[in-house]
Amino acid sequence: MTTRYRKPLPDLSFEEGKEFWTYTKKHELRIPRCVDCGTYRWRPRPMCANCYSMNTEWARTSGKGTLYTWTVVHHPMGEAWVSEVPYAVAVVTLDEGVRLVSNILDCPPEELRAGMPLEVVFEDVTDEITLPKFRPVRQRRRL
Amino acid sequence: MSDIRRKAVIAGIGETEYSRKSGKTERTLFLEAAKLAIADAGLTPKDIDGVMPDNPGRSSPGGVGGYGEFATNFGINDLRFGGMSNMGAAAIGSSIYTAATMVTAGVANAIVILGGGNGRSGHRLGQGGGRQDASYGSNFEAPYGMMSAAQSWALPARRHMIQYGTTQEQYGAIAVATRKHAQLNSKATMKGLMTMEDYLNSRMIADPYHLLDCCLESDGAAACVVTTAERARNLPQKPVYIAGGAQSYGPSPAEMLNRTDITINSVRLAAPLAFREAGITIADVDFAEIYDSFTFAVLSQIEDLGFCKKGEGGSFVEGGRIELGGELPINTHGGLLSQAHIWGMNHVAEAVKQLRGQAGAAQVPNAQVGVVSFTDMGGYGSVLVLTGV
Repeated sequence: MTTRYRKPLPDLSFEEGKEFWTYTKKHELRIPRCVDCGTYRWRPRPMCANCYSMNTEWARTSGKGTLYTWTVVHHPMGEAWVSEVPYAVAVVTLDEGVRLVSNILDCPPEELRAGMPLEVVFEDVTDEITLPKFRPVRQRRRL
Repeated sequence: MSDIRRKAVIAGIGETEYSRKSGKTERTLFLEAAKLAIADAGLTPKDIDGVMPDNPGRSSPGGVGGYGEFATNFGINDLRFGGMSNMGAAAIGSSIYTAATMVTAGVANAIVILGGGNGRSGHRLGQGGGRQDASYGSNFEAPYGMMSAAQSWALPARRHMIQYGTTQEQYGAIAVATRKHAQLNSKATMKGLMTMEDYLNSRMIADPYHLLDCCLESDGAAACVVTTAERARNLPQKPVYIAGGAQSYGPSPAEMLNRTDITINSVRLAAPLAFREAGITIADVDFAEIYDSFTFAVLSQIEDLGFCKKGEGGSFVEGGRIELGGELPINTHGGLLSQAHIWGMNHVAEAVKQLRGQAGAAQVPNAQVGVVSFTDMGGYGSVLVLTGV
């Protein structure tokens, strides 16, 4: 990184969440899944709301999903965001069924559409932190 | 379900000045509001034996609005009930309902409920922080630039547009109607009418929210006194009955985005309980004071309280239906959008005035049944049915 990254970063001391970031650093998008009944959940919590099991594994995901909803932020919450606005905060429904908050790359906010197919991309923002973000899945040209 | 109908009343209300800069401490504001409410009820501080502050962040038992501070300032030597709702923006409704059950059960005789603070000159409400899910939020939302209530509440507002075709102008109709009502209210901090054009031209905050979709940040406090109908019989004000009430925690209450349908507001669960307890139906409601942190918060509560079908809130708010003189006047004081952000205790104060016939130019003729509804991010909800007879 040539310039210091100034936007908020996840706090790696947060017990429920820290494992997530160890996988994203390896460019893997993993989410908690119940070992006993296989139900995915987000956010990371100790208990499976389907069977109350507390046996949890961090399961690999397809990294694919669709756009559920979004907001285009125009009013920056602090200095770090002044040069970023307008930017979209997106809610992505992963194919595994859970929804994550992220940003959409390679797509101007006005082109966002509900249900549009998305795929994960990994942005290494600091030496420690990699943020999973999403971009539209482009139709491949038929040859 | 408790049996509070016709047994618990709001006997007094008090409101400090509402402003952008009170020049007073929050402790002072809470005490001022309480003093006004106790006097309005025709009681003295010695008659008060319970207190419920609204905001856990500020109001730890020894904090500025806490039980101990309250009793010590007023010289109350025998306070016997202190309670606090941890429902965020739905706390006031939940506290008033709890107070009603407590006085009905004889746990206390007269309970003061407090709301407010220095939301503008102190820690500004719009600056984020203080969220109940701070750890999850700072880890999984803030890195993506999601840091404010406006941004969070914009997500279901957008989703409602996607699912039901709700328009920007329909959100605007709520802002415009609320501002119109504020012009009739001497405590309202927003002066001057708002046109739809003003609304649409106001700067974008977090799309689809323009500035005028967002509540104010205000300094001020309000309070009410809850006691038994029996005790109120000899008091000066016409009693306002807490005829029914309920709290609700909807699906995935602690996290909005993984609810099956994020447009659904949990007041859907509380409303039928509150209405049944009060022995009313939706058709009996003369007016509603609805927690309006953002325009969509109002629209979703209108639907989920049952005033119209899910998805039809957009057309419901059009054509003056929610304005004074319309079928269901909403936020007749100007709400959080145009009067002041007093955590909805100002909504309670307005409902009490309406039912006493003291609402002045905003009086709903022959108002007998009012609903006051609260929501925190659609997950935590509380609903009160207040009646004048």
